[in-house]
Amino acid sequence: MLGAQLRILLQLCVCSPITQSVTRELIVDLAAVSQWFGDVQALADLTIQVPKGSITVLLGPNGAGKTTAIRMITGALSPATGSVRVFGLDPGTPDGEQVRSNCGVVSAKPSLYDRLSGWDNLRYAAELYDLGRNADTRIREAASQFGIDAALDLQVGGYSTGMKTRLALARSVLHDPELLLLDEPTSGLDPESAVSVLELIRDMTGQGRTVVLCTHLLLEAEGLADEIAVMQHGFNLLSGKPDELAQRYWPTPQLHITAVEGPELDHVANSVGVVSYERESNTATVGLQSLDVVPDLVAALVARNVRLTAVVPFIPTLEDLYFAVRREQGTAADEITPPSNTTGRPVRRSRVAELAR
Amino acid sequence: MNWSRTFTVARTDLKQLVQAKDFWMPMAFLGSLFFAIVPFFLLITITRIGNVEVVGQISQALDALPDAARAQVRGDTPEAQTGYALAVFLFAPVAVIVPLTISTAVGAATIVGERERGTGEFLAHSPAGVKEIYLGKLIASLVPGYATTLIGFGVYSLIVNLVVGPKVGGWFFPTAQWWLMILWVLPPFLAICLSLVLRLSAKVKSTAAAQQAAGLVSLPLIMIAYSQSTGVLFGAGYVPVIVGALAWAIALFSLHRGVRSVTRQRLLGVAGT
Repeated sequence: MLGAQLRILLQLCVCSPITQSVTRELIVDLAAVSQWFGDVQALADLTIQVPKGSITVLLGPNGAGKTTAIRMITGALSPATGSVRVFGLDPGTPDGEQVRSNCGVVSAKPSLYDRLSGWDNLRYAAELYDLGRNADTRIREAASQFGIDAALDLQVGGYSTGMKTRLALARSVLHDPELLLLDEPTSGLDPESAVSVLELIRDMTGQGRTVVLCTHLLLEAEGLADEIAVMQHGFNLLSGKPDELAQRYWPTPQLHITAVEGPELDHVANSVGVVSYERESNTATVGLQSLDVVPDLVAALVARNVRLTAVVPFIPTLEDLYFAVRREQGTAADEITPPSNTTGRPVRRSRVAELAR
Repeated sequence: MNWSRTFTVARTDLKQLVQAKDFWMPMAFLGSLFFAIVPFFLLITITRIGNVEVVGQISQALDALPDAARAQVRGDTPEAQTGYALAVFLFAPVAVIVPLTISTAVGAATIVGERERGTGEFLAHSPAGVKEIYLGKLIASLVPGYATTLIGFGVYSLIVNLVVGPKVGGWFFPTAQWWLMILWVLPPFLAICLSLVLRLSAKVKSTAAAQQAAGLVSLPLIMIAYSQSTGVLFGAGYVPVIVGALAWAIALFSLHRGVRSVTRQRLLGVAGT
C-alpha cells in the first residue's frame, strides 16, 4: 500500500510541469542577442530558450529575425552582442564544428544542388558530416523515411517543390542530429504536401529530437508547438507554452453567441456567471466564470425570444494568441502576413462594448 | 583541418562541372584549338607543304632568338629548323593562357555561385570549416584548367613529335624547359590567379560581376605568366627554377591571405558583408 502511494507520489513529482521546467536541459540558449546588417537591426536583445525534446516554434512576420536566429544557433552568424549557447557550447568558437555536426537544418530555400542527383546531394552531406561506412545505409533510410527513395537517381533540377523539401528534410536527418532547425519547411508546398511534411516533423520529435521551427503560418504551428516565441523586428515579444500563454490572455472561459439581432444579446452582460462582455455586430464574446453557466444563459436568452443562430465555446487558437500578443504590443495587424482564418470565428477588431457587471 | 571534407567539396564541385556541358564544351574547344588544331595545321603547313618564301622569312626571324635558345634549335633544313622553333618557342604561351582562362572562369563562379543558388546556406550550416571550403573550391577551380593543360600538353607533344620529329631526327618534345614550365612554373601562377579570383568570388554580389572582375584581375597576370614562360623557355637552365620558386612563394602567401575571404556570412550572402 505504502509502496503504491510512493510510486504515485514519485510519478507526480516526475510529471509535474513545475519540476520539468526547472530541471529540463536547455539545448539552445540565446541571451540578449543583437545583430545588425549595415544600418538594419536584425535581432534586438533576442532571448530564446529551447528545452530538450521540445518543438519550439518561432512565429513572426517576414523580417522578424527568425532566419537570423537560426543562423545564430548554428554559428553561421555571430552575434554583435549577447551570448549563444547550443548544447552548452558557443557555436561562434571552434566548438562550432561540434554544434553544427549535431544540427540538421532545412532552410527556407531547400539549398540543393540542382545539377546533382538526389543521391549525390545526400552523399555530399553524408561526407561533410563524416558518416563514413554507414553513409549509404543512412542515405537509403533517410530517403525512405521521407518517401523520396524512388527519385534518388534523378537530377534534383527536375524535382517538384515537394520532392525538394522532402530531400532537404532527408538530408537534415541523415546524420541523426539532436537538434533540427526548420526554417519555413512548408514554404511553397501545396496543402497536402505541407500536412505530410508537418506529420513527418511531428514523427521526428517522437524520436526524441529537439526541433526549432520558424514559420509565419499560424495554422502550421497549431497543435505542433510545445513552446512558442512570437518575434517582431528581431525581438522576442513573448514566449512560453501555448496553453500557459492562452491562460494569460484568456484567464476565463469564453463563449461566442450569435443572434439574428445583435443588440438583443446585450442582456447577457448582466447575467450571473458572466465576467466580461463585448459585442461586434451580431456576435458577442462572453467571458464566463465557468462553462457550467452556458445552459442557463441560453435558456434566459430563449426566454426573452432572442433568436440565436450560434453558441460556440471559444477555444483560443495560436492565431488568436498571436494577434492578442501583437495587439497588446500595439502593432498594426496589417503589418503582417494575414493568416487564413479557417476557424470561422470572428476576428475582434475593436472593443464595441465593455459592460461592467 | 579535415582533408576528407576538402576533397569532398572539390569532388562535388567538379561533378557539377561535368554535368554542365554548356560550360565545359567551350572550354574543351578552347583547349583543343590551342593545343591541337592550330599547332597541327601550322606545323604541317611549314614542314610538309613548305611555302619556301614564308619559311625563309620565319627562319630569318630565328636569328632574333637569344643565343641560348638558338643553340637548341635542331634540324638541317630551314623547314625543320622553323618547325622546331615554332614547336618549342612559339606555342609556349598557349600552355599558360588556356589553364588560366579556364580556371579563372570556374573560380569566379564558385563561391558567389553557391550564394546565388542558395546552396551557400547548406555549406554555412555544415560542419565543414571555411578553410576546408576554400581549399576545396581552389582545387575544384584548379583541376579543370590544369587537367586541360596536361591533356593538351600530351596531345601537343604527340602532334609535334609526329609532324616535326621526322624532320629533326626523331622525337624531341617535351624539352627540359617545357617540363619545368608545365610542372614547376605554371602551377604557382595558376594558384596566384585563383587566390585572387576566389577572393573576388567571395566578395562580389553576382556571378556576372565576378566574371568581369576576374577578367580584369587575371589579364595582367596572364601577361606576366606569358612573359615569364617565354623567358623560361629562352633562358638558361637555372632561370625556370628561380622564376618558379619566386612564383611559388608569392602563390603560398596569396593563398594564405585568400582563406580569410571565405566566411560563413559571405556564403549566406548576408547584407553588409
